[in-house]
Amino acid sequence: MTLELQKPRPIWQIMFSTHHTDVGLLYLISSLTFLFLGGSLALAIRAELFLPGSQIIADSMTFNRIFTVHGTTLIFLFIIPFASAVGNYYVPIMVRYKDMAYPKLNAIAFWMIPPAGVLIWLGFADFTWYATPPYSIISAPGPAADMWIFGLKILGISSVLGALNFVVTILKCKHPDMSIGQIPLLAWSFLSSSLIIIVAIPTFAAALLMLLTDRLGVSGFFNPAMGGDPIAYAHLFWFTFHPEVYVLVIPAIGMMYEIIPRFSRKPIYSYNSGIFAFVMLSLVGFSSWAHHMYATGMSFTEKTVFMVGTLAAVPASAMHVFNFVATMWNARIRFSTPMMWAVGGIALFFSAGAGGVVNSAMPLDFTTHDTYWVVGHFHLFVMGTIAFGSLGFLYYMFPYVTGRLYNETLGKIHFILAFIGTVLVFFTQHILGLYGMPRRIYDYPPIPEWIAMNQIASIGAMIIGTSMVIFLANMIYSAGKGKLADTDDPFGLGGKYYYPFEAKNPSH
Amino acid sequence: MSGHSNWPEWIYVTVVIALMAWVGAEAWEAERLVEHVPEDAKTIIVTGQQWFWTFEHEDGTKEIGELHVEVGKAYKFEVVSKDVNHSFNIHDYVVLMDAIPGRVNTVWFAPDKVGEHDIQCREYCGLIHYNMRGKLYVEEPSH
Repeated sequence: MTLELQKPRPIWQIMFSTHHTDVGLLYLISSLTFLFLGGSLALAIRAELFLPGSQIIADSMTFNRIFTVHGTTLIFLFIIPFASAVGNYYVPIMVRYKDMAYPKLNAIAFWMIPPAGVLIWLGFADFTWYATPPYSIISAPGPAADMWIFGLKILGISSVLGALNFVVTILKCKHPDMSIGQIPLLAWSFLSSSLIIIVAIPTFAAALLMLLTDRLGVSGFFNPAMGGDPIAYAHLFWFTFHPEVYVLVIPAIGMMYEIIPRFSRKPIYSYNSGIFAFVMLSLVGFSSWAHHMYATGMSFTEKTVFMVGTLAAVPASAMHVFNFVATMWNARIRFSTPMMWAVGGIALFFSAGAGGVVNSAMPLDFTTHDTYWVVGHFHLFVMGTIAFGSLGFLYYMFPYVTGRLYNETLGKIHFILAFIGTVLVFFTQHILGLYGMPRRIYDYPPIPEWIAMNQIASIGAMIIGTSMVIFLANMIYSAGKGKLADTDDPFGLGGKYYYPFEAKNPSH
Repeated sequence: MSGHSNWPEWIYVTVVIALMAWVGAEAWEAERLVEHVPEDAKTIIVTGQQWFWTFEHEDGTKEIGELHVEVGKAYKFEVVSKDVNHSFNIHDYVVLMDAIPGRVNTVWFAPDKVGEHDIQCREYCGLIHYNMRGKLYVEEPSH
């Protein structure tokens, strides 16, 4: 894996390559670029909300555009492509195949991302990442909304192509000596999340087309003025995007399954329960979508069904947590940077899950729905769990990708600051939600509790921002000038434990 | 592949399932009570539009941005929208119901103390969503 970067090559050779590690590198660089772009928008939002009144953002339209593009960027242009980067590097090696099953398709799937990113960023739409009709049909301004729709369309096709490639690589190209029950849990996580993508995404793809024709005025699927129903969009949207939550979180859990046994210097406590929990999550993920819609006037029976469907996901998630804790139990753990991120990520995953139980309970949801509680809740997943798992894995794969070691002290400082910041921002936002502050608001009345909580959250965001600057400096410096890594055992774990790098790979 | 016995995990998963069943049952019971609208509840039609709330009482009087109700009585809100989605919210009384064009959603409450409370919109509805606010005045009965 390190070979590709150690031989200097002209950049176009990497760009036009179809080799899985080259495509993985492209995914990695573009997803990190969008992480920093989307993250800086988050800092703008937090700076604006530091005090009531207008701070740094001139008007509410700009603010609405900023949080829309912030959410869209980090979900579709950071989290998903980052998982694809990891999958591209590791899945073929883990199933002992020379490349992805369809290398050209793989490169095509990647190259759909930059134009989609450009469309979303040049358009800068304002109708939230949920593009809720009828606002998005009758009220959202101009080409921005249409550019967003086309951008998402392209990204949807890209993730379906990527997912097909992972499924075929894992099921059809794995080494004949390996049974499906022997591939590592990271590969299993890609198998489950890719299958969810293939089932879930087409629904939203259809909804996007309907939204577009509604905007053009030639149809009225979601436009009440033409006899349509906005709630139909909500169902189509959440049928895709509640399972999508598991598409985002499952690869991150898979990355933790790679890190935690390695740094605990123990085999995973139960490989089978890991697989079972992945499969369970990908199934029950489809039974809970309308828990996002309790307040839209659903009947008591509908709400009950979706509450049960939501609670059913909890035991499977809890099995992952148990598996991690049981693996670390009585282990000789080495707390290198990747391990710190993984353990921190599990703690926040547990907190996020506990908060989710509150949301799913019907009467309590009416307190938390569409308040900052929800913002805090899902950010504990996307930031606390998924970004933590991803960043930990980035540190973990860094020596294999670059052949060099990152600076361990800076890596730990990055983790500690980011962890403190995450707790300050997102736990506080839960409390803010209980005080009743709605989400997606540009300004708020000067209620003392709201001001205090917003200020704590904003300070936390600035701490995260600082940690990310340290991270960027560490990555750039270490990639060029870092200490050379012993790629057989870069973290000094004793070398007894299986690194995927050592797997037999016929073409390397 | 784990060859060892896995009983701690089974106990743990059973505990989690039991906890979730308990949460679900409590929530089901509470929601069933909350959704039961008292028969003597007075109807108030709540209309959301960009970016203010209009309230129409049973006797036909209309209020904009302010809602006056009497303490100790039950009220049923019929929440409608004239343009895009909104969400009618009196956070202090956990009243929350989306205003969706083309639909009539109902929610009820019975204020138990005299006082002032904030009314706000909790579903994103565009430019002035942040300031789509109102005031609820709970007053002593006039007669």
